[in-house]
Amino acid sequence: MKKIKVGLGTCGVSAGGEQIFNEIKRMISEKHIDADICETGCMGMCYEEPMIEVGDEDESFLYAKMSPDKIGRLVSEHLENNHPVHDWIIKDKDHFTESSFTDKQVRIVLRNCGEINPNSLDDYTGRRGYEAIMYVLNHYSPPDVIDIISKSGLRGRGGGGFPTGLKWRITNGVISGKKYIICNADEGDPGAFMDRSVLEGDPHSVIEGMMIGAYAIGADEGIIYARAEYPLAIKRLRTALNQLRTRGFLGKNIFGSDFSFDISIKEGAGAFVCGEETALIASVEGRRGIPRIRPPFPSQRGLWGKPTNINNVETFANVPWIILNGWEAFAALGTEKSKGTKVFALAGKIKRSGLVEVPMGITINEIVYDIGGGIKNNGKFKAVQMGGPSGGCIPASMGDLKIDYDEINSTGAIMGSGGLIVLDENSCMVDLARYFLNFTQLESCGKCTFCRIGTKRMLETLERITVGNGKPGDIEFLADLGNKIKRSSLCGLGQTAPNPVLTTINYFRDEYEAHLNKTCPAHLCPSLITYTISEENCKGCLLCKKACPTGAITGAKKVVHFIDQSLCIKCGKCFEVCNLDAVVLS
Amino acid sequence: MNPEIDIRTAESEEKEPTAIRGFKYDLIRKRNQNGSLILLLQSAQESYGYIPEKAICYISELLSIPAADIYGVITFYSQFRLKPMGKNLIRVCEGTACHVNNAKALLECFRDELGISVGETSDDGLFSLQSVACLGCCSLAPVIMINDETHGNLDKTKLKKLLKAVREKELCACKRKEGAAAQ
Repeated sequence: MKKIKVGLGTCGVSAGGEQIFNEIKRMISEKHIDADICETGCMGMCYEEPMIEVGDEDESFLYAKMSPDKIGRLVSEHLENNHPVHDWIIKDKDHFTESSFTDKQVRIVLRNCGEINPNSLDDYTGRRGYEAIMYVLNHYSPPDVIDIISKSGLRGRGGGGFPTGLKWRITNGVISGKKYIICNADEGDPGAFMDRSVLEGDPHSVIEGMMIGAYAIGADEGIIYARAEYPLAIKRLRTALNQLRTRGFLGKNIFGSDFSFDISIKEGAGAFVCGEETALIASVEGRRGIPRIRPPFPSQRGLWGKPTNINNVETFANVPWIILNGWEAFAALGTEKSKGTKVFALAGKIKRSGLVEVPMGITINEIVYDIGGGIKNNGKFKAVQMGGPSGGCIPASMGDLKIDYDEINSTGAIMGSGGLIVLDENSCMVDLARYFLNFTQLESCGKCTFCRIGTKRMLETLERITVGNGKPGDIEFLADLGNKIKRSSLCGLGQTAPNPVLTTINYFRDEYEAHLNKTCPAHLCPSLITYTISEENCKGCLLCKKACPTGAITGAKKVVHFIDQSLCIKCGKCFEVCNLDAVVLS
Repeated sequence: MNPEIDIRTAESEEKEPTAIRGFKYDLIRKRNQNGSLILLLQSAQESYGYIPEKAICYISELLSIPAADIYGVITFYSQFRLKPMGKNLIRVCEGTACHVNNAKALLECFRDELGISVGETSDDGLFSLQSVACLGCCSLAPVIMINDETHGNLDKTKLKKLLKAVREKELCACKRKEGAAAQ
């Protein structure tokens, strides 16, 4: 019997996966074909969505870029007559026809994503699911578990990189009748979708990781704090939790042990700062998500004043694998201080965007060229932006930099939660810095003066620079104020908010200076560009004249046109329509 | 600021849509639960489409939280709305990938076509425009969501077509309604 899997993560759904799923289902039942169809999570190759996997016991075929009109042929040729449609296949018998997208990847966190049906508990247990927690309950004491996680070298994947074993040991050491464990799934960074994909594709591995963590620190209640913008992830988590309660995997005396534990879901209400531990706790308690001074740390006084341990989605998803495969196997991957793998959401001006999991120690160039396939439209690689609004830009000249917490920190960027945006020469670094600062300025909770007012002043300065009104001394002012904000803010948001500006000043200072001289090297900032018509190339075809919304272009048929700069609003429409390259952007 | 709480009177419940009863049910069930304020606000918004003043008053009374504090929580989180929304909610992704792939052009297009900027509702009440930090479909950038449907790889031309289609659908529905009323 053939088994058909359709990738229905958010990316698959928005590419039209659901229609395809329904179409195949309808055809199977109409034609009485003996096949089983199920949904699965993100397969990682978002650039090829919607994707379908058709397989049986011996082999499997991966179809890419499917559409409803292709389904008829797929069903009649492959399902009915067993002739795979090779035109659309990108992978057969575990062998890719074109790419090395997966060659350099190691899948630990994503081990089940795109493989199993996320709504099926049996699919998960069929791949050694819940064996780890069973083994832990039967063979290990809480300190044993903490030892294993410590030795594995696992560090917090939310961005900070705090050793997970140490965090658990501290919470374990606090004596209290009640402890909480929280899974931080408030993935607020623009440009990051790792946690969403893991929760959508493999919710059980996160839950199992939480259970192991709860046992290790002595908690009996767990909370998953998820973003409300991720409705599908929340739905799948709810399904998973209900299945576990029905089977007795959650609740009192799990697997006949003394360990009792249950999990509830809290939906966030949209505030980036709630990714910070103490703000998250305030939000769970139903208050404004405003961070507070630490100490006391949440491990001493957290939710409702009780010891609380907070870890990120990806951190938890690593835990069952480490228990099952041993800390040695995990520690064997990576660099001296950063072990294991890291999931990145690869996006931006890159050919193959998607979800990738790479061993620590891989270089940025390997990710961009070998996995990502290089720059879209054969553009020139300029920089990568890591860590979202808390991170920074690393220039292409540093492409040999290894993915390692400390090495990345040394550049002024941060590992962050895993957003990796690739930029090409058409990306303006000043504009990008302005974009991120606009974000953090809006999301600042307002508690610390430097973060609240400082980011506003920095944003104003950047806005002035991008419209061509920059003054000498602006760059120094930005650097000075940025460093002050970093020093005088309470939480991670303020301490990292200036990073995008500081790193771009550090590596792309020439672009800032060019803006002060009223030019934008990337030709992106509208106020700093001019469109003119080249007399040589213009044949007087009237196309641009018709396209101009403000009537700035004058000229008659077969007469060279002219743009009146006082009327031009720099919308670029003339540039888009001209077939003769006669409109010049400078 | 102290309206009578009518949640327990069966008479008023009959006049209200089921969704609003859902909020009132939540209100009674969860009033003693710790930290239920955000949950109740989410429930109110789901029922009414926004958070009306009366919902704030109900919650304030039952939970004994000052209305001003509730207002503070509402305005802190970007999810909550204090005004009713247009018939179709358009969410424009402002994620990094969308930003570098020219999401700005889409915002301009909304201004040209619908005459609205982020946070506004069109005069005909058909569209409300919101921006979100990231929809998480970065590989399809630039992305927007119309109600619950995601549309990716957009440019101005595609977006114009899309808006036209939604408008025509609304117009048809409107005409059908009028026709039915005339009969």
